Amino acid sequence: MALERWFRRNRPTRKEDDNAPAGLWLKCEACSAQIYRKDLVANAYVCTECGHHYRMPVEARIELLSDPGTFEPWSGAIQAEDPLGFVDTLPYPERIEKNQQKHGRPDAIITGGSLLDGEPIGLIVMDFLFLGGSMGSVVGEEIARAAERAALEDRALVAVTASGGARMQEGALSLMQMAKTTVALESLSRKRLPYLSVLTDPTTGGVTASFATLGDVIYAEPGALVSFAGPRVIQQTIKQELPEGFQRSEFLLEKGMLDDVVPRKALKERLAVTLRLLRAGRRQLGPVEEVERAAAV
Amino acid sequence: MPLPFEKPIEDLEAKIEEMRSYASEQGIELAEEIGLLQQRLERLKRDTFDNLTRWQRVQVARASGRPTAMDYLQGAFEGFTELHGDRTLGDDPAMVTGLARLGERSVIVIGQQKGRDTKENIHRNFGMSHPSGYRKAMRMFDLADKFGLPVVTLIDTPGAYPGTAAEEQGQAWVIAESIRRMSRLSVPAVCVVVGEGGSGGALAIGVANRVLILENAIYSVISPESCAAILWRDAAEAEKAAEALKLTAYDLLELGVVDRVVDEPIGGAHKSREETVRRVREALLEEMATLSGMGAEALREQRRRRFRDLGRFRDAA
Repeated sequence: MALERWFRRNRPTRKEDDNAPAGLWLKCEACSAQIYRKDLVANAYVCTECGHHYRMPVEARIELLSDPGTFEPWSGAIQAEDPLGFVDTLPYPERIEKNQQKHGRPDAIITGGSLLDGEPIGLIVMDFLFLGGSMGSVVGEEIARAAERAALEDRALVAVTASGGARMQEGALSLMQMAKTTVALESLSRKRLPYLSVLTDPTTGGVTASFATLGDVIYAEPGALVSFAGPRVIQQTIKQELPEGFQRSEFLLEKGMLDDVVPRKALKERLAVTLRLLRAGRRQLGPVEEVERAAAV
Repeated sequence: MPLPFEKPIEDLEAKIEEMRSYASEQGIELAEEIGLLQQRLERLKRDTFDNLTRWQRVQVARASGRPTAMDYLQGAFEGFTELHGDRTLGDDPAMVTGLARLGERSVIVIGQQKGRDTKENIHRNFGMSHPSGYRKAMRMFDLADKFGLPVVTLIDTPGAYPGTAAEEQGQAWVIAESIRRMSRLSVPAVCVVVGEGGSGGALAIGVANRVLILENAIYSVISPESCAAILWRDAAEAEKAAEALKLTAYDLLELGVVDRVVDEPIGGAHKSREETVRRVREALLEEMATLSGMGAEALREQRRRRFRDLGRFRDAA
C-alpha cells in the first residue's frame, strides 16, 4: 500500500525526497534498466531509458516550473491544530511534529508567487510525503489564501496536486476543505484569471473531488494515478481485477476527463503557452463586453 | 431487528404488551401496574438515547426503518413532483429530485435515497450515487436559479459509489462541479443531514446557506469502518474510529460544520417516523422564512463565507 511508505520510520535521510530507490545506481521500477541516480535527478526524475515518471520532491517541482530566482514563498505561517483530539496508533500532534521535522515544513503544501516563463503565477505544490499529502485545515487554508492572493495580484494560478485525499485526523473539518478550496477559486473566476491544475501521481479522494479537477484546463503527468476511490476500494466493491491502466492519466484522457497528458519536461512550456492563450481573452474584450461579462459571473 | 442496545427497551415493551393483553383477556384491572412500567420504559428510553456512544449513533443513523429521503419528500412537503434524468447518462435512482411545495413556497428538492427494504435498497444502490445522480442534482440547481426556487437537499448516503463505471464517468469531477454549482446558487439553500453523511458524496449536495442535522445522524470524512481499516489496519476497530472521528450531530455543531441540530423523538427516528418528518418540516419552514429576506448576492456571499472560514489552525511556531 502506497500510503504506508510515508509512515515508514528510520528511513535513511537523504536530500532527494522521491520514490526512486536510494543509492548511487538504481534499477528503474518500470524498465529495469540500471540508471545513475544523478542522471535521474538531472532528468527531472524521469527515467533516462524509458521515460517513466518518478514522484518529484516539492523543491525540485518549484524549480522546474519557476523562472530562476523568482519564487517567493507565501505559505508556512500556519500549522495544524488538533480539533478532534485524534489518537490512532499515535496522537495527531505527534504525527504532525514528526512530519514537520522530517520534511522541514509545517504541512503538506508549499505555495508562493513566481514567474513561469515570464507569466506571473501563484503556484501551489502538494507534498505527498507529508502525511500522504492529505488535506486538512492547513492545506485547505493555504490553497484558499493562494487563490485569493493570486487574484488580488492579478496572477494566474497553477496547482500541482499529489494527495491521498482528505485528512482523516481532522474529521469533517477536512471534508469541509473541499468546499473551502472550491469557493476560494471564485476570486480568480471573477477576474477571469486562469487556473490550471496539474495532476501528478497520486491524486485521489477529496482532493480530486474538489479543487484539483476544477481547473479551467487540467493536465496530468504520464502514468499518474488519478481517482476518486482508490483501486483497492474499488476492487473490494466489484470483487474482480481492475483492467490494466485503469485510473491512470492516459486512461482518463481517453475518457474525456483531462485536457492532455503532458510529459514533465514539456510541462513548463505547455503551461506557459496555455496561460498566454487564455489570458489574451481579457485583453481582446472591449470595455463594454468586459462589464457585461463581469456582471454575468 | 432491534439494535443491540435496544434489547432492554424491546423486552420491556413486550412485557407491557403482554400485561395489557392478559388484563383484557382476564378482565382484570392492571392499569396502575402498566402505568408504572410505562414510566419505567420512558425513563429507560431516555437514559439509553441520551447516553448513546458515537458508535451507537452510527448504528441509529443507519437503522432500518429510519425515514428515507422519499418519506420526507412525501411527508414534509406538498405535491412532490419527481423529475428524472440527467440528460446525458441516464437516471440515478439513488438521487431523487423534483419540485414540491413547502408551506407557501415552491421549492426544488434533492434527496439521496436508500431503500426501505432489500429490494429497494438494491434498486437504489444503497443510496450511493453514480456521476449521473450528481449531474441530475446540478440540473436541479439550474432550474432553481432560473425560476428563483429555493433548494432543499436531504443527505443520506454511505458515500458516492466507488465502482469502475463511476470512476470512468468522472465521479470526482462531478462532485467537485456540484460543490461549485451549489455554492453559486442565487436562491436560498437549506440542507438537512437526515441519516448518513458519507464524505464527498454527501458534501456534493451540502453546500447550503444553512446546514441542519438530525440528532442521531452522522456526517464524516470517512466511514468508521474504512478509517479503522487504514489507521488501525482492522475494520473491526470501527467503534474506536467512530469515537475518534467526532462525527455526531453535537460534535459537528461544536466544530461549526453544521448550524443546527433537529431533535429526534426519544427512541430514535426509526421508531417515530411521522413525528420526525414533522419536525424536519417545521425546521425547514423556519429556516426558509429566515433566508427569504436575503437577495441573491447576499445569499451567495453568506454561503461562500460560511465554507471559506471552516477549519482550525494556529500560527506556525
